[in-house]
Amino acid sequence: MADEVLRVEGLHKHYGPLHVLRGIDLTVRRGEAVVILGASGSGKSTLLRCLNFLEMPGAGRIHLEGRLVGREARDGRIRYPNRELSALRMRVGMVFQQFNLFPHMTAERNVMIGPMKLRGLSEAEARRVAAANLEKVGILEKARSYPAQLSGGQQQRVAIARALAMEPSMMLFDEVTSALDPELVGEVLLAMRQLREDGMTMLIVTHELGFAYNVADRVVFMEHGVIHEEGTPQQVLLNPQRPRTRDFLRSHTLFRLPEQMHDDPPGPFALTTREQG
Amino acid sequence: MHEWDFAFLIDQRHFILQGLLGTLRLAVVSLVAGTVIGLVGATARLSGSAILRAVGTGYVEFFRNIPVLVQIFWLYFSIPILTGVQPNAYAAAAIATSLYAGAYLTEVFRSGIASIEKGQWDGARAVGFGHGMTMRYVVLPQAFRRVLPAFTNQVLEIVKTTSVASTIAYAELLYSAKLLSEQEFRPIEAYTAVGAAFILVLLPTSAIAGMMERRLARHG
Amino acid sequence: MAYEWDFAAVFRHSDLLLEGAANTFRLAGSALLIALPLGLAVAMLRLARIPVLSWLLAITTDIFRTAPSIVLIYWFFFAFPILAGVDFAGHTAVTLALGLQTGAYMAEVFRGGIISVDRGQWQAATALGMGSATRMRTIILPQAVRRMIPIFFTRITELYKATSLAAAISYAEIVQMANRAASETFRPMETFTIVALFFFTTIFCVSRLVRAIERRVAVPE
Repeated sequence: MADEVLRVEGLHKHYGPLHVLRGIDLTVRRGEAVVILGASGSGKSTLLRCLNFLEMPGAGRIHLEGRLVGREARDGRIRYPNRELSALRMRVGMVFQQFNLFPHMTAERNVMIGPMKLRGLSEAEARRVAAANLEKVGILEKARSYPAQLSGGQQQRVAIARALAMEPSMMLFDEVTSALDPELVGEVLLAMRQLREDGMTMLIVTHELGFAYNVADRVVFMEHGVIHEEGTPQQVLLNPQRPRTRDFLRSHTLFRLPEQMHDDPPGPFALTTREQG
Repeated sequence: MHEWDFAFLIDQRHFILQGLLGTLRLAVVSLVAGTVIGLVGATARLSGSAILRAVGTGYVEFFRNIPVLVQIFWLYFSIPILTGVQPNAYAAAAIATSLYAGAYLTEVFRSGIASIEKGQWDGARAVGFGHGMTMRYVVLPQAFRRVLPAFTNQVLEIVKTTSVASTIAYAELLYSAKLLSEQEFRPIEAYTAVGAAFILVLLPTSAIAGMMERRLARHG
Repeated sequence: MAYEWDFAAVFRHSDLLLEGAANTFRLAGSALLIALPLGLAVAMLRLARIPVLSWLLAITTDIFRTAPSIVLIYWFFFAFPILAGVDFAGHTAVTLALGLQTGAYMAEVFRGGIISVDRGQWQAATALGMGSATRMRTIILPQAVRRMIPIFFTRITELYKATSLAAAISYAEIVQMANRAASETFRPMETFTIVALFFFTTIFCVSRLVRAIERRVAVPE
């Protein structure tokens, strides 16, 4: 299908004896925002890291924009040549819980370095790209600051701009607000929401249930390395069918009213979760 | 009470200058060679190949666990036996101190690179950088700054190590002092002067390294 | 080029090497006997922040740390006895030179270990009502010692290797004895290979032992 950006079929991942992903099937269409929920240890971060090949997936296939990633060997296993992975990572942006900005470069340089070294942009072009993307996440005025001079929320927005500057087909967000002080969460979610409205395809691991409810097209609940329940936010968050999902929502929910989401009905939907421990 | 008299040092300044040049020559050669060896060694110790890692570790353990004097003596006596050329104090000293310095610098560089957080590799790879580009643009620039104090300290150790070459009559500063003290019957002044010379040059440098280290600890 | 190694000739002079090894150990041991108490005393005095004294101690330790060991050995052998009007053998000169130098290094090891303990630990111990001695003994030192172990043994290893420099003033430690053996056997390469292996093996074994100790006393951080 032409509008499929990502299709994952039967993905498995082992860490030694640990079977972390046990056959994941997942499709993300163009312009869609999919939120993955799940307790810690359910495999949701591993799934994201496999999709960007920071971890090597075991069995299974990953298709990006209709094409199989890697080459199938005769034994049916798939090999992933390094060169292809670098090219793929340029088309899939990723934002991390710990920001992972390069501390020896200014915010602007952090955004410029990829386009300059990988897309062959000139210094001036890269600077324009950086400015546009920093503007998009509302942090252009901090372009000349070093990461250590920025708050967590500002750093995370620079990290989003850095990923956007590679003009990816889709973005992966790995618990991007979990390391932030509560008062800084809103600005990052707002930037992500803006992206969603611009039509970016997004796969998001988060504990912000309110954000999931308001922004996601689809919510996926993971448990023990498999997709346990999947549906619209209304279905999964308000009317979960499986007992595990219900338990998760009950034990992880605390009421909170995020300021940024006035335009949608708050009430029980403005939920957030915090991972325990 | 001993009557201090440093006058002969001025009369013999050419002799001392020669020793100083000898020290400098040996220090620069072992520093340059040791840095190259250290970079290669660190790459080996951090490589994906188990064999390269083992070779790197073996090199470091071997040369760090044997006194440099023993290495210098070994080379001094073995070069003529193995190659048939005349014993050469400079060659023996230069090879020994280079290998010795290389082993220590391997560890300095290795720990500097290893100190860069895993998240930096994740971030660089997520942008699309391969191993080489990640090293070049992300890891090495950060590692370089972190390594600078330890590297400076190692440079000081190398300068100090060169004085061991006096034992095989290589004409460096300590050897000059030794000859002068015997010639002038002034061991106190000769050895005090040579000690003072080392301290006056090395102490400020070591203080600067210490300051860099403290700054690094504060600002990361 | 085919060189015929002959270790048998060296082993016929093993009595020389054994005596040298014994002297090497003696030298390292006596230098440590000076270095450890000295290092501990200097560290404590510097931590006490007594105005002029702390500063003087800092300068003196720095001087001993920056002078090459072999220069110190020469100085204590050729210059110090005349200046002090005493007469002593090579063993004493080397013991003084290396003992004082290692003491200076050890002072930094101890001091560094103690100040590396987080300030919150001092505050928490004080808040519990501990006096400074109890606080040091039960809270600070146990944490500091664990962190000091690797660098502490690095310093001992460096001292052990530095004892070989005593050969420069003809003190009969193992390198000097190897010199003597080599001039009798005309087998310098074999002799110094054995000396190299002697140092390598002893240090390697001790470092494995230290690593095992480190693992035993390690606590998750």
